[in-house]
Amino acid sequence: MTNLATPSLIPERRARSQAWWNAVNAWLLLLPAAVLLVAFTHWPILATIRHSLFITKRNGNEVFVGADSYQAMGGDPIFWKALVNNFWFALGTIPTSIALALIMAVWVNRNMRGRGFLRLAYFTPTVLPMIAVANIWLFFYTPDYGALDQLRGLFGLGGWNWLGDPSTVMGCLIVMVIWKEAGFFMIFYLAALQQLSPDLDEAASIEGASRWYTFRRITFPLLMPTTLFVAINAVINSFKLVDHLVIMTKGGPNNASTLLLYYIYEVAFTFQDSSYAATLTVVLLMLLSAIALIKFGYLDRRIHYQ
Amino acid sequence: MRGRTYAAEAIAAWLLALIWLAPLAYAFWSALHPAAYATSFSLSAPWTLENFARAWKQAPFARYYLNTVVLVTLILFGQLVLSTLAAYAFARFKFKGSGIAFALVLLQLMIMPDVLIVENYRAIAMLGLLDTIPAIALPYMASAFGIFLLRQTFKSVPQELVEAARVEGAGPLVILWRVYVPLARPTYVAFGLVSVSYHWNNFLWPLIVTNSVEARPLTVGLAVFGAPETGVDWSVITAATVMTMAPLLIAFLLFQRQFVQSFMRAGIR
Repeated sequence: MTNLATPSLIPERRARSQAWWNAVNAWLLLLPAAVLLVAFTHWPILATIRHSLFITKRNGNEVFVGADSYQAMGGDPIFWKALVNNFWFALGTIPTSIALALIMAVWVNRNMRGRGFLRLAYFTPTVLPMIAVANIWLFFYTPDYGALDQLRGLFGLGGWNWLGDPSTVMGCLIVMVIWKEAGFFMIFYLAALQQLSPDLDEAASIEGASRWYTFRRITFPLLMPTTLFVAINAVINSFKLVDHLVIMTKGGPNNASTLLLYYIYEVAFTFQDSSYAATLTVVLLMLLSAIALIKFGYLDRRIHYQ
Repeated sequence: MRGRTYAAEAIAAWLLALIWLAPLAYAFWSALHPAAYATSFSLSAPWTLENFARAWKQAPFARYYLNTVVLVTLILFGQLVLSTLAAYAFARFKFKGSGIAFALVLLQLMIMPDVLIVENYRAIAMLGLLDTIPAIALPYMASAFGIFLLRQTFKSVPQELVEAARVEGAGPLVILWRVYVPLARPTYVAFGLVSVSYHWNNFLWPLIVTNSVEARPLTVGLAVFGAPETGVDWSVITAATVMTMAPLLIAFLLFQRQFVQSFMRAGIR
């Protein structure tokens, strides 16, 4: 009996201990990264949610207040202003920079003279620090002797405080961010264009289709997954991009250029109100999670695991 | 007909390129001319390096450079080691909970440490690391992006090579070091370029956790330097701005193709 049983038992036991060893090895390999990921991503997410339900008294005691902070947030005009601003910021930057990126990619993908130079010119802003970009663009928007006002001067127009006027400040920042981001998105379109078969273009031109028609009916639809991918990354970016506000506007004038993350930074580190900052962060986390759900629900089909 | 549209498009492409380069050209113009010419463009304006000398004297830029280089190196080294180990676990080991663990890693692609500044500040303060370079680096050391990128690369390593190494008696770590890492070199270069440029440019988090010259990277140093209340003139600010961008800009001009390709490789995830 035992003689019969051993041959079938040993491989099974060996397989089981093999699996156990695999798991131990894998978790040991994961451990260093896991510790840091938990410490600086997962734990902070949970702690943010918890802190949004408490307030810290002057003596350091935490008091549970439930949804009170959320109620206060609902009545905070600056929060709503930041949220609306973030919406306009996204709407102002994303479609334009994506359209520009696509045009740039089509141009630099073609055998155009000076293609290398064009690619370089479009992409360069991408590698610059946002803080340096803000410094440079600050000059363009400076009243009276900035580049824009010098241009206005040529037409006999007076100086304008571009960043100091609530009606123009957001537009100015949007233009600057489009300049910074379009070249980055171009890269993804360029990669996608290079994967398209040249036969399609050829066939279309043999059929006598115009270039615009070919682009509109063949190229653009084929690039749709890239457009979605770029759009989602752009939306995430529009919630994270606040460096320039520190230098250019500090959210002003009159909160006309405050974005959500900048408001969180201000509440936490200027006004020292970390529990309200936690409440605001929960809103940002919810927005990012919503985008994540769209991304994985919609775009995962594009990711091919080998 | 096609010839004409091509020509029109070429002109438009060049025009856009010139507009795109104009802000940079301005920065260089202003940095390389005396303050009197900072806002008036005249071909007869004399060239000078004095703005750089003055910027260099007015703020400890040498220290900022050193801090930034140390910071970027520290982050990259940490990311490479941690991502390699984690990616290897995900790519080559079957274990219970690997799916959930991987999803928890990917979460960081959406919710980056940049968003969690308040709680991360609390953690760094608790560790007693405020105003140090490791404080800037720590939240970024485990990179979901790096883990994902390397996992994809490791999965494409031929199983025969791994088997051959195993037959020769190599353990898991030796196989990782001898087989996987060398084959993934292009991915390491791509990830390295993206990581270095990201952290060279990063601003908000370093601004929050540093407040002394000893820990400040270039970007924060530049922001402190360029604040209007310091009363520094435009030419000197643009000189400092150029100094902050220069290393990456030069690297980019030298390794343009690698940069573009690594952004391409890194972007398609």
